[in-house]
Amino acid sequence: MAFQPIKFYQTGTFTVGNRLLPDTERSVQSTVRRTNSLNSGHRACQGCGEALGARYAIDAAMESTDGQLIAANATGCLEVFSTPYPETSWQIPWIHSLFGNTAAVATGIAAAMRVKGRENVRVVAQGGDGGTADIGFGCLSGMFERNDDVLYICYDNGGYMNTGVQRSSATPAGARTATTAAVGANPGNPFGQGKDLPAIAIAHGIPYVATATVAELRDLEAKVRRAMQIRGARYLHILVPCPLGWGHDSSLTIRMARLAKETGIFPVYEAENGEVTGVSKIRQKVRVEEYLKPQKRYAHLFSPKPREDVIRRIQEAADRNVRKFGLLEAAP
Amino acid sequence: MLKQIEGSQAVAEAIALCRPEVICAYPISPQTHIVEGLGELVKAGHLAPCEFINVESEFAAMSVAIGASAAGARAYTATASQGLLFMAEAVFNAAGLGLPIVMTVANRAIGAPINIWNDHTDAMSQRDCGWILLFAETNQEALDLHIQAFRLAEALSLPVMVCMDGFILTHAYERVDMPSQEQVDAFLPPFDPRQRLDPAKPLSIGAMVGPEAFMEVRYLEHVRQMRALELIPGWAEEFREAFGRDSGGLMRTYRTQDADTIVVALGSVLGTIKETVDAMRDKGERIGVLGITCFRPWPSAAVRAALARAKRIVVLEKSIAVGLGGIVAANVRASFGGHPDVVHTVVAGLGGRSITRESLARVFTAASHGTLAPLTFLDLDHGLVERALARERQTPHSGPVAEGLLRDVGVVAAKIS
Repeated sequence: MAFQPIKFYQTGTFTVGNRLLPDTERSVQSTVRRTNSLNSGHRACQGCGEALGARYAIDAAMESTDGQLIAANATGCLEVFSTPYPETSWQIPWIHSLFGNTAAVATGIAAAMRVKGRENVRVVAQGGDGGTADIGFGCLSGMFERNDDVLYICYDNGGYMNTGVQRSSATPAGARTATTAAVGANPGNPFGQGKDLPAIAIAHGIPYVATATVAELRDLEAKVRRAMQIRGARYLHILVPCPLGWGHDSSLTIRMARLAKETGIFPVYEAENGEVTGVSKIRQKVRVEEYLKPQKRYAHLFSPKPREDVIRRIQEAADRNVRKFGLLEAAP
Repeated sequence: MLKQIEGSQAVAEAIALCRPEVICAYPISPQTHIVEGLGELVKAGHLAPCEFINVESEFAAMSVAIGASAAGARAYTATASQGLLFMAEAVFNAAGLGLPIVMTVANRAIGAPINIWNDHTDAMSQRDCGWILLFAETNQEALDLHIQAFRLAEALSLPVMVCMDGFILTHAYERVDMPSQEQVDAFLPPFDPRQRLDPAKPLSIGAMVGPEAFMEVRYLEHVRQMRALELIPGWAEEFREAFGRDSGGLMRTYRTQDADTIVVALGSVLGTIKETVDAMRDKGERIGVLGITCFRPWPSAAVRAALARAKRIVVLEKSIAVGLGGIVAANVRASFGGHPDVVHTVVAGLGGRSITRESLARVFTAASHGTLAPLTFLDLDHGLVERALARERQTPHSGPVAEGLLRDVGVVAAKIS
């Protein structure tokens, strides 16, 4: 096949087209240097946010480490869709052991590299929100506490999508899942539950914690790059919309991720050594309905009877994030 | 070099001689002294290069070992009892991935009721997990088996569990002959892994395997274990030549040549059994002992041959298949060529109950007189059991079983001395 230069299109969004940037500032994804660590041909659903997030993150980590990277992967969508053997999409050394032990497996790999004097080889652990916040939480906390040299990436799609969209401790309040049905007086996932994983990671005092979404590629890549400059335990929490579980059109994945940020529902920030050091400002604040409406998991909030009370609680939570993290630009 | 040291310390020193590169430590009695000993050796720089990692659970211990082994490092951990069960998912995983991890299990009972004392329930619960299971009779053998275990594991790309009786061996101060570093280096070549996570040659390990190949993966695990059956005797022989003593192997017979009654057992209780057998021999009883060192793979042909002339077999085991009887006995029965009724099960020493020569002599004599029941619980307090059953007949709300029994017993400590 002849060399095909990569084309860039104006996207009609807030993204800056790569062609407007000098070569050095272009995203890893936009260059021929990208390693396609998670190669095409895998079995992810159309519009899968996790597949995007994983490719962006791991390619960026590969660039930062000059290709000296090993990945440990939790059981879940990412594992299943990427390795239906004899096919594997992974172009890097990759291991899947169990659902709940990924952080520990990564610790073991990092220890092996250290003992063999190959500390230039870096380790990434990755899993979904179930494998991270729920079943893998013990191993994750242990890895954090020991400050092992591992970057743990959580691809958060707010539920157990691989097993058919069940509730996890990262499922947002009000959302319908297969185990939090949209029935009864308080339909969907209860309010007042769940874990704020980035905050928990920060509380461990580890050197680097960041959140990101698949809507802001350059921000995500910059955070991976920053993470790979640091030794010790690092945590990256990426919001990855799931068309199947969220019930939005597969063409809306990036939009959903952007709206999660622009509403304040998902604050995008970074923290070093236990302190928040930077936030991504909201560029145009939107109300939560705009984010909720295209998603069938929130359909019960709009019909047959609008649940303004529930929507108000979601809006209040988003507004709290905006205040807490100072997400709005200061008035000129 | 001869030393008078604690069993755990002996094992720690032997492990260190094997040059493990990653050690995962999580405390659980009666295994803890082993990893404490290793931690000190690493911290003092006597064992280097080695990463000693204090993990947050046994599940993490085995998982860190999995990562380290897959990345090409020689990995070791130790556990017991609840710890082995807590890591069970990762134990199966290590075998399925074919990672040659070595783990000591300081055998201890499983709760509830919680009990820290010795029996074999922990290891037996994992007997079909795909690991090679070796049982040590003495502290010397425990030490030696670890050296053999690394070689066996790495040659076959299979994990190996070395079982030693909790407290009875781990906490006993005995004389051991500690080999030199040169001897161990000559016996145990450096780890050359079958598979290795390496950016220079990217591999995917742990992919999903469907019905088209899953059976074959399991079958190959079985084939590798069967291969171990062929290799272990030769290596035990090589070990004898290099170290000057018998340790390991598949099994060992004691005075079985003309024996009508053969007692089969595993682990440290073999010492008490042999003494009992000696005393019975003095009285003219034709009785012998078959000690199983390698429980998985099960040395079926060797067991069959060893028992071929026996008229009666007594399997004395520190484990129970609840609802069936003996676990070891079921294995023995499967290998025994004669009538299955000839094989008697004696469940003994559960939760650390003492196994005395007097009690053993009683059941062995009953066996030679043909009066031993198919399934016997050695020194079971039938009166205590009857009182509990009576209580249950009396009221549907008789309460928790263990606590009721303890109230009846009164002085708890009297039963474990």
